[in-house]
Amino acid sequence: MSYFRAENLSLHFGGLKAVDAVSFAVEKGEILSIIGPNGAGKSSIFNLISRIYRPTSGRIFFEDQDITEEPPYDIAKLGIARTFQNIELFENATVLSNLLVGRHRHSTTQLWQELLFLPSVRANEKVHRRRVEQVIEFLDLEPYRDKLISGLPYGVRKVIELARALCSEPKLILLDEPSSGLNVEETDDMSFWIRDLKNELGVTVLMVEHDMSLVNRVSDRVIALNYGRVLAMGSPAEVQQHPDVVAAYLGA
Amino acid sequence: MRFLFKTAYEDDIKLFPHSGYVVSYGILLALLLIAPFVLSSYLMSQLVFVCIYATVGVALLILTGFTGQASLGHAAFLAIGAYTAAYLQKYNVPFPVYFLAAGALSGLIGAMVGFPALRLTGIYLVIATISFALIVEEILARWESVTHGNEGMRVKALSLLGVPVPRDSPTFYFLCLAVLVLTIVGTLNLLRSPTGRAFVAIRDSETAARSMGVNVALYKVKSFAISAAITGFAGVLFAHKLSFISPEMFTLQLSIEFIIVILIGGTFSLHGAVLGAIFIVMIDPFLTYLKDDMPGMIAGIAATFGAGPATAGNIQSKVAAFASLNGLKGAIYGIIIVLFVLFEPLGLYGRWLKIKLFFQLFPLYKRATFKRQKIYVKSERNR
Repeated sequence: MSYFRAENLSLHFGGLKAVDAVSFAVEKGEILSIIGPNGAGKSSIFNLISRIYRPTSGRIFFEDQDITEEPPYDIAKLGIARTFQNIELFENATVLSNLLVGRHRHSTTQLWQELLFLPSVRANEKVHRRRVEQVIEFLDLEPYRDKLISGLPYGVRKVIELARALCSEPKLILLDEPSSGLNVEETDDMSFWIRDLKNELGVTVLMVEHDMSLVNRVSDRVIALNYGRVLAMGSPAEVQQHPDVVAAYLGA
Repeated sequence: MRFLFKTAYEDDIKLFPHSGYVVSYGILLALLLIAPFVLSSYLMSQLVFVCIYATVGVALLILTGFTGQASLGHAAFLAIGAYTAAYLQKYNVPFPVYFLAAGALSGLIGAMVGFPALRLTGIYLVIATISFALIVEEILARWESVTHGNEGMRVKALSLLGVPVPRDSPTFYFLCLAVLVLTIVGTLNLLRSPTGRAFVAIRDSETAARSMGVNVALYKVKSFAISAAITGFAGVLFAHKLSFISPEMFTLQLSIEFIIVILIGGTFSLHGAVLGAIFIVMIDPFLTYLKDDMPGMIAGIAATFGAGPATAGNIQSKVAAFASLNGLKGAIYGIIIVLFVLFEPLGLYGRWLKIKLFFQLFPLYKRATFKRQKIYVKSERNR
């Protein structure tokens, strides 16, 4: 069985088929990219997986468990973290507290313990803080720990979003256009980090991306979508030469 | 300027980042402890009200400031606390029991109000909480077997361990101060643990909070319950301080006063609740003073500019009539809110931080430091 699997996933808005009977599987430890023109349904698939939308039909499996009916907040608890295309950080909080929210799925303390800040809470906080520090080190975020998000540049915010997702120690991470809005150097850094996610942390990556050079550099496999349907699936080179994909991008 | 060198993870968790805080808060606490032996009984009474309003302010900050759920219904929670105390007192229930019962009942009702709030945001939530407050007010007026309706209820002096504590005694002041301090410490503890961070996450982006594993509905209800419970505790003290409660004390105007407390104090820090409480408690005697003295003063000014005694008297009576207009106080409150929202959205505490920074950076302070930061477009918000 595959690690993560979507079967006949569909999302219809009235007559519009944003996602139309899409099936794919992600193997453990691979980097799978989803490409496609604007409006192809790439982000919709992500929103279906993280349960922001409810699928019209189809099922989603993760580690052989049907997660189609799980509530949105339990998706993170299962070990699926995500980033957003248009950064969704907690603007008026510091970088540290943003990253600590990423640790939320590991928090075990009760409300009354927190009100008194019992030693158990303090010990837990230190564990969270240590984990967060490891991620900060991994992504070179040391200069920003106590800065407010609202004062940080776009490129840094993008990295912080990745960091927040990593803080939850995910097994599968969904990256929604990790390089959008980044300059060439920042995109380079991002591609190294995405490879490191796989090689050093052993995280499985599912990614939506427009930048083909980034896709080519990091992906093990690529899925091309158009009008909510799968056009092609395979290695980056295969998919880019597929006649349907060429037609979708350039017009037949 | 002081630079903080953090050498342990503990440094990010500490309540007091450096020894300067311990000294200044220590001095403040010492001053508050000797206050009843130094200040006049009028000022002491005002100080007790500051404590009560600040406690409610902290409660409202948890809900509105940190979880981002606006409420104009906190007068109702205060009323629930106050009436629970008054009712249970009739049956000789000891103070600690009815104090806790008032908080628990208020918190429970707060959680029940939180459920409809899950589907409402912004102005609609405000309307829902106003309606809740109006319903409570009406119930208090009609449920005569319990609340004595519009006649109101007497509240006897509270007795602690069999010793009566009159409402103007230092002991009562210390009790209010203790409740305030415990509330603040508990809230600070909450804010530095997962629950508090979940609140802030919900305020800033519900979608992101959800995808990080925060059960948004549960935490909104928790926030409502905590906020209402603290307000309930404050309600007990409020009832004892006034020694008489009736439905017309817990009107929309009181809820608005609580909103003023946090708006004027500053919605991003607990300091705001205390500063706002001082402001709202002190503005009332100030307005009364203006009302009494303004007419005479203006008439005097008119007289020095050559107005005859008849004209001056005429002006004096006109100004006096204006100053005693109904609803003038509400209008002044409204103007104050508008001015603060427009010119000092961070409130008094924000202003204090700016002044502090000015001296820390002197002479390098730039006015642009607090210019609004560029906000990046968020087109696809999944609400």
